[in-house]
Formats: sequence, structure tokens, C-alpha cells
Amino acid sequence: MTARIHPLLGALAILVFLFLLAPLVIIIGASLSNTTYLTFPPQGLTLRWFANIFEISAFRNTALTSFQVAILGTGLSLLIGIPAAYALNRYRIGLPKWLGTLFVLPILVPEIVFGFSLLKSVTIGMGLPVYPSLIIGHALLVLPYSVRVVGASLASFDFSVEEAAISLGCPPLKTFFTVVLPNIRAGVIAAFILAFITSINDVSISVFLTGPGISTLPIQILAHMEQFFDPTIASVSVLLMLVTVGVMAIVEMTLGLTFLTK
Amino acid sequence: MTVSLTIENLSAHYGQTQVLKDLSISVAAGELVSLLGSSGCGKTTTLRIVAGFLQPTSGNVKLGDRDLTTLPAHARDIGLVFQNYALFPHLTVQENVAFGLKQRGISSADRAKRATAMLERVGLANLADRLPGALSGGQKQRVALARALVIEPPLLMFDEPLSNLDAKLRVDMRVEIRQLQKANGTTSLYVTHDQEEAFSISDRVAIMNAGRIMQLDTPEVLYQKPANAFVARFVGFENLIPMKTVARDGAIVTVEAAGGARLHLSQDVFGPIKDDFVLATRPDGLVVRQEGEGIPTTLGTRTYLGRAYQYKCETAAGEITANGALSELFEPGAKAVLVPVPEQCCILAPEK
Repeated sequence: MTARIHPLLGALAILVFLFLLAPLVIIIGASLSNTTYLTFPPQGLTLRWFANIFEISAFRNTALTSFQVAILGTGLSLLIGIPAAYALNRYRIGLPKWLGTLFVLPILVPEIVFGFSLLKSVTIGMGLPVYPSLIIGHALLVLPYSVRVVGASLASFDFSVEEAAISLGCPPLKTFFTVVLPNIRAGVIAAFILAFITSINDVSISVFLTGPGISTLPIQILAHMEQFFDPTIASVSVLLMLVTVGVMAIVEMTLGLTFLTK
Repeated sequence: MTVSLTIENLSAHYGQTQVLKDLSISVAAGELVSLLGSSGCGKTTTLRIVAGFLQPTSGNVKLGDRDLTTLPAHARDIGLVFQNYALFPHLTVQENVAFGLKQRGISSADRAKRATAMLERVGLANLADRLPGALSGGQKQRVALARALVIEPPLLMFDEPLSNLDAKLRVDMRVEIRQLQKANGTTSLYVTHDQEEAFSISDRVAIMNAGRIMQLDTPEVLYQKPANAFVARFVGFENLIPMKTVARDGAIVTVEAAGGARLHLSQDVFGPIKDDFVLATRPDGLVVRQEGEGIPTTLGTRTYLGRAYQYKCETAAGEITANGALSELFEPGAKAVLVPVPEQCCILAPEK
């Protein structure tokens, strides 16, 4: 027996999927177009715009910077986020409620405001060079994911397990690494992935924090588009999409995607 | 090497609230003592202080000659069994049991041998390679027990270990826990809110209320001779009837309940009787009679208990619950007399 679906509901569902997928189809189409300007449907098929990305050194350099910033920024956010999430969950009863909200602020504040305030405080205020400010900025941007996603894992962790380990003679810090961390592994990986993707796609923070000689890939895409309106932009976008899809595929194969939506 | 546990003058606070008030208990070497009380009475707080998870405001905890009070929890060498098992979800049954041995730097061959031997004792050797998630509640608690016992701790502590199990398994498990505890001769502290469980498993039971021990004694004494009104009520003395002495004639004391009902009590049976006291009985400690020396009553609701009928009785001294024989049926509304059975009554100080 199959459930009956109202024809209108079915049509609506198809429209939603079209709406979600159409931009992707258009981008992929445009990236293959054998024209010097962005167009859809593609006129002729070519891969030369993909080749073009690798010929432009600015794309290579900024892609490298983007990966470095995403990995280091995400790593830094986890270094802060995991202990913070642990403290927020372990000592929930003794802590004020607003403390948890504090760590979500980077998501709540408009990104453009957040980016500008980082420029004022980190780059200008503290006089830090571009590269470290980028990493700090991205770490703060993705900190909410670290705290929230790791926190969600910890919320279902039974802290009496930790006490059991301690009672069996395991010192507290060692207990954290041998008992707590292995049990929130999925949460830490999920946080890393969400944070990494957010960081690598970020424009609004980076636009304030990039500077002479150092830029990230999304900023370079914008800059390139202002000068050349050619399909290179579309092909870079496709590559970025493929990176995201690749990461998701790894997640699906190792942990299953459901744990991202849990 | 069995040692005694001594808890002296323990006080503890959560913020402004005092949860333990000058609490002292000593558990003899090899003895199992239960802390029994409703939630919030301080029994779990006491256990957590002994385990080292909470710091007392004052007082100290000694295990043999060793003062534990300021020792960190991981250095106390205490076997703990938790209500929710608290097994390591990412380790196999075998690795769970071997965990404490590993912390003690025991070689992996020795660890495996001792963990296996302990798993055999709790009957789970065939599940050694499973993860805890694949076990039933009873099996989980056996693993937890094996994990706590394998380190051969001088003190074992149980925090409501059977509360998450179903009724039949609870009974089996408590017998098993008691057998293992006796065989090892491990000094034990057992926390529970279940009276039957505490009475069946313990050498002695401490009944706690509001951060104090109301009475610490063997289950038999607690059940038959509660020392105060709180304990009496806790062990099922439902009727606490305030009385006043009106006349004394040698060992025989004439007492009067509210409403003027008079009884003659012998100090040979009850011990010294004060001028103001409470007569405490279970429903079985009062016989419902047509007439005689007792407390006059109008019978209310009747309930069939199988072994007897239970009556709610209106008296001038308040509502009283009494059990009547099956052979003598009284109708609701009938006038009757409640006659105390001396052996089943206690004389206690009035409640403040």
C-alpha cells in the first residue's frame, strides 16, 4: 500500500526542489559555456574556464589561503569551543543561562557588523597583520558551531561515566581525553565540518579582514567578477561546490549524514 | 584487608541550603550499611562526599587510618556502582572491567586474566566482546559491579543501583550483590530509597531525613522498635496516637487519648512511660472489637486485603487505620472499639 499524495502537494514539492537545484544547474551550465561572458543555456561546451582557474595565480593563492584559514580558524574555534561546551554542559546548574547564548552571538549579529567590528578591534585596534587577523576572525565566526554542535553531543553524554572513570583511578584530565572525547567524537567531527564549510564560503567577514597581498577565494571571485564577467566565476563556484559535496560524501560514508541534522 | 569507614560530623551546603547536618556514621570492616530515605534527605550527597565528588563544609571521612577528606576522587580507591550503570559506551565489556586495572598500571596480560575471572563470577564471560549498548539493564549492572569489584577496593559504594531494573530482576540482583559483597568481605555503603531493598541487603540501615540520621540500626530493630515518630511512620506505623498519662499504679499506667478513651499499659511490656507520649501502631497492631478496653470508633471505608479487612476508623483522636479479622465482618458506620496489641505497639516521644 502506498500513501496517496495530493497532486497539488506533489507539484509544490517538485517546484521546491527546482527552486533549490536550478541555481546549481545554471552555474554548472554556465561554467561549461564556450563564450567569454556568463550565459545560460551554455553556447557550446568547453572545459577551458576550469583550466583558466589554474592559470590565474590569484585563484591558486587565495584558494590556498582559504584552506589554511579554514583549517586553522576551525581548529582554533574547536580549541576554545570544546572546553567551553564542556563547561557549559558539565556545570549547567551553577552557570547563568545567558552564558550559553554568548557563544552564539557571532551568528546573531549581522555578519557585516561583525566583520566591521573585527576590523576595528583586531586589525586596527590590536594592529595584527592580515593573516592572523583572518584566522582569529574566522575562528570567532565559526565558534558558535563548535560550541553548539559539540554541546549537543555533550548534552546526551552521561557525566556519571566520567565519574566512574575517576572513581576507578583515572585523573580528571586523562578522563576527559580517554572517556569524554571518544564519546563526543561525532559531535567534534560534525562541528569541524560545519565550521570548515562556513569558513571557506565566508565573504562578509573576510572582506573586512583581507588586505594587501592576502585574500580568500570568495573575495577573489568577487574581485574577478568586477573585472571580467567570464565563465571562470561559474567554474570556480562549481569547484567550491564539489569541495562541499566531497566533504559531505566523506561524512556520509564515515558517519552518516543524519548526525548533522540531529 | 578489610577496613572500616568512619564519617565524622559531616556538614554540607548547596549555596545557602544546608543539606547535611553534623552527620556521623561508622561502617565496620566487611559490613554493609544502607542510607535509606526519600529524595533530598542527603543520602546521595553523603555518598558523593565519600567518593570525593563533593566537598563537605566541615567534618571528615576516614577509611581505616587513611583520611580521605582532602584526597582527590581518583586517588581514593573506592569501587562505585551507579544507578544508570555509567559504563564506558565506547569500550567493550572486557575493556570496561579492565579499565580500573589499567589505571593501576597492571600489565595487559594480567588485566585480561583478572577481568575475565571477574566476568565469570558475574556470569558474563560470554559477552566480553560486546559493547555496553548491546546489553540488557541487568547485564549492564553486572558489568558495572564487576568493574567496581575487580580493583579490589577497600570500600564499595552503591548509588541506587537497582532503581532502573524491573521488579523481578531487582530481587535477583540484590541477592547477587549481597553474595558478592559477603564473599569478598568488602566494606560497603549502599544508598537507596527502597525500604525493602535496604532491609533485605544490609547489616544495618541508616534512615535519613533532612540531612540527619534519624536511626541507625539493624533492619529488625528498625522494623519492630523505631526510635522516633519519623522512623515509625517510615516503617509503616501508620497510626501515631498522642496520649497522656493520668494515673500510675506500680507497673500499670493509665493513659488517656484525645476524646477521653482510657487504656491501661504495663511498663513491664513498654518500658518506662512518660507523661506525654505517642502510641504508634501498624494497622495490624489494633484489633477491631465489638467492645472492650480501647479507643471507641465509628468505622468508615472497608478494604479487603486478602489476609484481613482494613478499616478507616473515625475516632476522637483522629483518623486511625486498623485491620480486622476476616472472621468478624463489620459494616461501615458501625460502632466498635480499637484494642491495641501490646507486642505490636511502640511508645515514642511526641513529635515537635
